[in-house]
Amino acid sequence: MATITPAQGELQIRTMQRSPLSRVRGNLGGMWGRPITQAILKALLTIYVTSTITFVLIRLMPGSPVEIKIDELMNQSQMSYADAAAMASGLFDINLNAPIHEQYFEYLGNLAHGDLGNSFLSRGTTVMSIILSVLPWTLFAVGTGLLLSFFLGIALGLVAAYRRNSFLDHAVSTGGSIISSVPGYLIALLIVLIFGIQLRWIPITQMRGAFTSGITPGFTPEFIGDILFHASLPITVFFLTHIGLWILSMRSATLAALEEDHVTVARARGLTDGRITTAYVGRNAVLPLVSQFAIAAGAVVGGAVIIEQIFVYQGVGLRLVASVNQRDYPLMQGIILMTTVCVIIANLIADLLYSRLDPRIGRAGGATGK
Amino acid sequence: MTAAAGLVDRRDVSRIPAPLAGLVEFLRMMSRKPVGLIGLIGVLFFLFLAYVAPLIVPLQDQVDVTAIYAKPSFAHPLGTDFQGRDVVNQIVYGGGDIITTAILAALFSTLIAITFGSIAATVGGRIDALILAITDVALTIPQLILLIVIAAIFRPASFFALAVILALLQWPALLRQIRAQVLSLKERDFVEAARSLDLGLLHIIFREMLPNMRSYIVIHFIIAMTLAIYAQAAIMFLGLVPLSGKNWAIMLYFAYNQGALFFKDSFFYLMGPIMAIALFQLSLVWLASGLEDVFNPRLRS
Repeated sequence: MATITPAQGELQIRTMQRSPLSRVRGNLGGMWGRPITQAILKALLTIYVTSTITFVLIRLMPGSPVEIKIDELMNQSQMSYADAAAMASGLFDINLNAPIHEQYFEYLGNLAHGDLGNSFLSRGTTVMSIILSVLPWTLFAVGTGLLLSFFLGIALGLVAAYRRNSFLDHAVSTGGSIISSVPGYLIALLIVLIFGIQLRWIPITQMRGAFTSGITPGFTPEFIGDILFHASLPITVFFLTHIGLWILSMRSATLAALEEDHVTVARARGLTDGRITTAYVGRNAVLPLVSQFAIAAGAVVGGAVIIEQIFVYQGVGLRLVASVNQRDYPLMQGIILMTTVCVIIANLIADLLYSRLDPRIGRAGGATGK
Repeated sequence: MTAAAGLVDRRDVSRIPAPLAGLVEFLRMMSRKPVGLIGLIGVLFFLFLAYVAPLIVPLQDQVDVTAIYAKPSFAHPLGTDFQGRDVVNQIVYGGGDIITTAILAALFSTLIAITFGSIAATVGGRIDALILAITDVALTIPQLILLIVIAAIFRPASFFALAVILALLQWPALLRQIRAQVLSLKERDFVEAARSLDLGLLHIIFREMLPNMRSYIVIHFIIAMTLAIYAQAAIMFLGLVPLSGKNWAIMLYFAYNQGALFFKDSFFYLMGPIMAIALFQLSLVWLASGLEDVFNPRLRS
C-alpha cells in the first residue's frame, strides 16, 4: 500500500485551503441566492464570536487603565490615593465596577449600532473614528503590496512552470522560497538598517507617518505622490513577503493544470498557445490562488502591526501597539473586531471572484472548457 | 510499503546493518536535491548552536561600559551591544529558548490538529460541522493581532505558557489539512477492511491512518515550528513577553528600543539576530521541502 503523499511544500499545502465561505457555497451547490445568505449569516456569526472573545479577553487583563492612571497621578502630582482616584474616575467616564454581564450586554447593544465605545485615553473620541482614521492607510498599503505581488507572482510562476527546469525556473523558485521564508519584520529591519542607515539611500525619518504634515489632503498629484512616498516602504515589504508565495503556488498549480486532459485536447484541436495559456491553463491554475488570497489578507493585516511599528507608518497596527501599551480596552477590542471584519469582507470578495472565474460554478454561460 | 521498497533500489546496501542502511539511503535521497540537504545541514547547525555550543562556550554577560557598541574585532567578531556585551556570545546562548518554545508549540498544535481533525473526519455529522465552524472562526480572526492582545493580557512568563498560547492560535490551518487527509484515507481498502473487522475508532485512527500520515505530519511539524518562531519573535520584538535574558528576538527588541538601529556602528550587532532567525527559518522550510521530495515518490525522478 502506498504511503500518503504529502502535498508539495508548505506553500502548496496552503493552496489547498479554501476560504471558509467557499466551502459553504460548495456544500450548497452553485446557485447564487442562498449561498450568499448563508455566507452572510456565517460572517455575522464570526463577528459575534470574535466580539465575545475580545470582550472576555480584555476584561481579564491585569492592571485596569484606571489603576494605572491613579498610580500615575499619585506619582506625578503627589496626590493622596483618594484624590487621585476621584480625578481618575472623572477622566474615564466608563463604569468598570458594573457587573460583567451588564457590561457585556451594553457592549453588544452598542455594537449593533456600530458604536464601539469611546477611547479611554483620547477623551471624547469614539473608537470607531480613531479606527476609521488609521485603517484606510493600512488597507491601502497592504492592498497595494498584496495586489502587486499577486499579479507579478502569477506571471512569474506561469513562466517558471512553462520553462520547467530552466535557469529562470530555478532562479525564480529558489528566490521565491528564500524571500517567503524570511519574516516580513526582518525584511523591514534590513531595509532600515542597510538602505536607511548604512547607505543612506532612503530618508527613513522623512518617510514616517502616512503623509507629510502641512500638506493639504485632496485629489491633487502632489498629495497622491506624498501618500505613495510614505507608504512605499510598507508596500515594498508586503510585496516582498508575498511574491514568493504566489510564484511557488502558481508554478505548481500551472504544472498540475498542464497535465489536464482538456489541455492536451485543446493542443490537439490546434488552438494557439496564447489561448491555451490564458483560457485553459492560467484560468484553472489561478483558481486556488484566489481563495488563498483571502487567507493571505488576514495574515498580512496581522503582520502589518510590526512593519508599521518599524517604519512608524500611521496605520492600524501602530495604533494597536499604542493601545496595548496604554491599556485602552475599547480601542483594542475595536481593532480586533474591525480587522476581522476586513478579513471577512476579503473572503466574501474572493468567493464572488471564485465563482466568476470557475467555469464549473456560476452562470451556465461562463463555461469555456468542456 | 513503497517507501521501504524504494529504500533498497539501485544500490546494494544489504551488507550495512538495517537502521544504518535506512539512514544512508535517506541521506543519499536528500542529497539529490541540494535545497533539502542545505536545509538539513542548516537545521543541524542551529540545533548544535542552541543546545551544544552553550555547554562549550562560557557565558559572558558582564556589562562593560568601555566597550559599548564596539565594532567587530577579534575579541568580539560581531561587536558588542548597548551594554558592551559580546554579540556572538548572545547569539550562542539566545537560540535555545526560541527553538524549545517552537518545538513545544509545534508539538501541541499538531496534537490538537490530529486529535480533532481525525475525530471530525471519522465521526462526521454534527461533530464535524461544529469542529469545522470553530476552525473557520479561528482562521478568520487575524492571528498576530489576537496574539498581541493575548500576550499583553497574560504576559506569558515561561516558555511553556508561551508555547501553549502559540499552539492555541496556530492549530486551525493544520486541522483542516489533517481532516482532508483522513477523509481521503477513510475510503481506502485497508481502512474499510479494519472497519469491517470492527477494530474500533481508536485503532483505526492510531494504528491504520496515522502511520500513513507520518510523513505528512513530520513536514507539518516543521512548518508549525516556523510559524511559532515567526509569531513569538514578533511579540518579543514588541516587548510583550516579560522574558529576560539572551534570546535572538529579545536582542532585536533591545537593539531597536535602545536606538541601536540608528547607529552606523551597530550594523553587525543587529545583523547577528536578524540572520540567526532568518537562516533558521529558511533551513526549516528547505528541510521540509527536501523531506517532501524524499517522502513523495511521485515527485522523485
